[in-house]
Amino acid sequence: MIQTAAPTSNRNLGTALAGVLVASGRCIWRQVGLALRTGGGRIGLPLVALYLTLALFGPLLAPYPATEFHLTHQLSPPSWTFLLGTDEYGRDILSRLMTGARSIILISSLGAALGIVLGALVGMSSAYKGGKTDEVIMRVMDGLMSFPSLLLALLVLTTLGANAQNIILTIGVVFMPRVARVMRSATLSVKALEFVQSARLRGESSFYIIFREILPNTVPVLTVEASVRLSFAILLASSLGFLGLGVQPPSPDWGLMISESRRFLTAAPWVALAPAGAVATLVIGVNLLAEGIRQAQRLPKMEEELS
Amino acid sequence: MLRFLTRRISLILVTLLVVSLAIFLVTEVLPGDVANMVLGQGATPENLAAVRKQLGLDTPAYARYLSWIGHALQGDLGTSYVQRLPIAHIIAGRLGNSIILAAFAFLVSVPSAVAIGVWAGIKRDSWGDQVVSVASLVAISLPEFVTGVLFILLFASVLHWLPSSSILLPGTTPLDRPQILVLPALTLTGVLLAYIMRMTRANVIEVMQSNYVRTAILKGLPMRRVIWRHVLPNALLPTISIIAMNLGWMLGGLIIVENVFAFPGIGRLLLTSITSRDVPLLQAVALLIAATYAVSNLLADLSYSLLNPRIRLS
Repeated sequence: MIQTAAPTSNRNLGTALAGVLVASGRCIWRQVGLALRTGGGRIGLPLVALYLTLALFGPLLAPYPATEFHLTHQLSPPSWTFLLGTDEYGRDILSRLMTGARSIILISSLGAALGIVLGALVGMSSAYKGGKTDEVIMRVMDGLMSFPSLLLALLVLTTLGANAQNIILTIGVVFMPRVARVMRSATLSVKALEFVQSARLRGESSFYIIFREILPNTVPVLTVEASVRLSFAILLASSLGFLGLGVQPPSPDWGLMISESRRFLTAAPWVALAPAGAVATLVIGVNLLAEGIRQAQRLPKMEEELS
Repeated sequence: MLRFLTRRISLILVTLLVVSLAIFLVTEVLPGDVANMVLGQGATPENLAAVRKQLGLDTPAYARYLSWIGHALQGDLGTSYVQRLPIAHIIAGRLGNSIILAAFAFLVSVPSAVAIGVWAGIKRDSWGDQVVSVASLVAISLPEFVTGVLFILLFASVLHWLPSSSILLPGTTPLDRPQILVLPALTLTGVLLAYIMRMTRANVIEVMQSNYVRTAILKGLPMRRVIWRHVLPNALLPTISIIAMNLGWMLGGLIIVENVFAFPGIGRLLLTSITSRDVPLLQAVALLIAATYAVSNLLADLSYSLLNPRIRLS
């Protein structure tokens, strides 16, 4: 039967978008809440929260300025004055870690977010349009993916110059085709469902259908993808820092700190261990949270079966 | 099959064409005048013009691209600006070293990853499976440079078992000093092993829940037979393409690992060419890495379709 209700998309565009944001936000929040009921989420979420706090307030909480030289305390081991020791210029490692948290977290989350937004837009519209358009768009995405991500990132950063803005852009470009693939297949499975068909028969615009009918129903896929992408982004950004193409000195960069620590690894291992531990726990936290979210998505279904 | 093969190979040629064009464009706009760099400070304008002419920098970009790609197809990759040596010559030795390292890591990680993955999948949620799951999550969370530095600290600084860097004398290969291969290969193995293992485990679990495995168990077949005849062939199928996919993915790891250990391979050469702005060398190495990636993707597809008759026809 053909429905004759008037299309709702003629209403204010702003309210429509706000509605989507609120609905998706509530759904993401619910997912994170559910993740707290899994082992991974219980450890991962506090770890991620700790680093988020550092990213927000790290430079304020740091005991010393990150670039201050304590020339009488070069390479001194961890002590009560310098909790994690000092590096070759006598800079306090704890302060450098706390200050560096902001740039690595900001860069990788903005980069991942850019990749997710671009990829979701491309993937959803490609799947929704279908046919030749879909074919062409996905070929272009395949072309982008035919570069190994680190090589592409290195080439782009060498050309554009290494700074925070370009690293974010690079991560976004590298992730876009990969997210687009995932979102395309998620959209294809939602597209065939009845409520999308009825919205189409109602005469809603493609914009309305993609954002109000399809997007909210791909949120579970999107949350998992976002958490996985975030951990890849941290790995990529810190690797670039290690190779010398990250945030430029003297601002502290975890990857670069590890790279520079190699010269006195035997004499002062704490210079390497502190940033290595920071990168490791941050990525482990994000991965545990991702694992928790993935497991949590199966929880409601399991409870239904049990009751 | 033949049609599938020609289609895939022609697709690869198109990909490589686009990739080479992209590499050329990206490296052509690199800041810094090459002629200036070759001659150093205090070069006269006449000398600069002469060098530009000699390097062919006075011709338009499309002509330079065509001549570059034309020569590259004949195996002539040009001359390095910095080392003043034929690039094919520089790359040949480095490529061999990288292949040895990658092969070493692959031979260690793939069999063990598949074995552990299958075991963990069959013993799902057991005590051992949970240990393996946590360990593999930690392994994929550690970037290669962190694992590498930790290995150096443990095996070179503390235990003094292995050398901390993989520097080689000119004219020797890693096989002459196999001990330098151990730490880089171990570092590469970590992530690879964890990744392939997790995929294998997931595949085994999926197959274990299928109806045909349930039927096999319920009709009273011995568990050993169910696993070897019903679970493994179906679970290992996607694993094979994952392994081939990782071949390309390992290239990224290779770039980092080689730089952690100063291992004289392609990845180290890539970074040296970037820092010294050696454009022809950078172009050649980038093209080589991209081509390897494309070929390993092709291998992934081929192996999958060879083993799975259901896709071959389409």
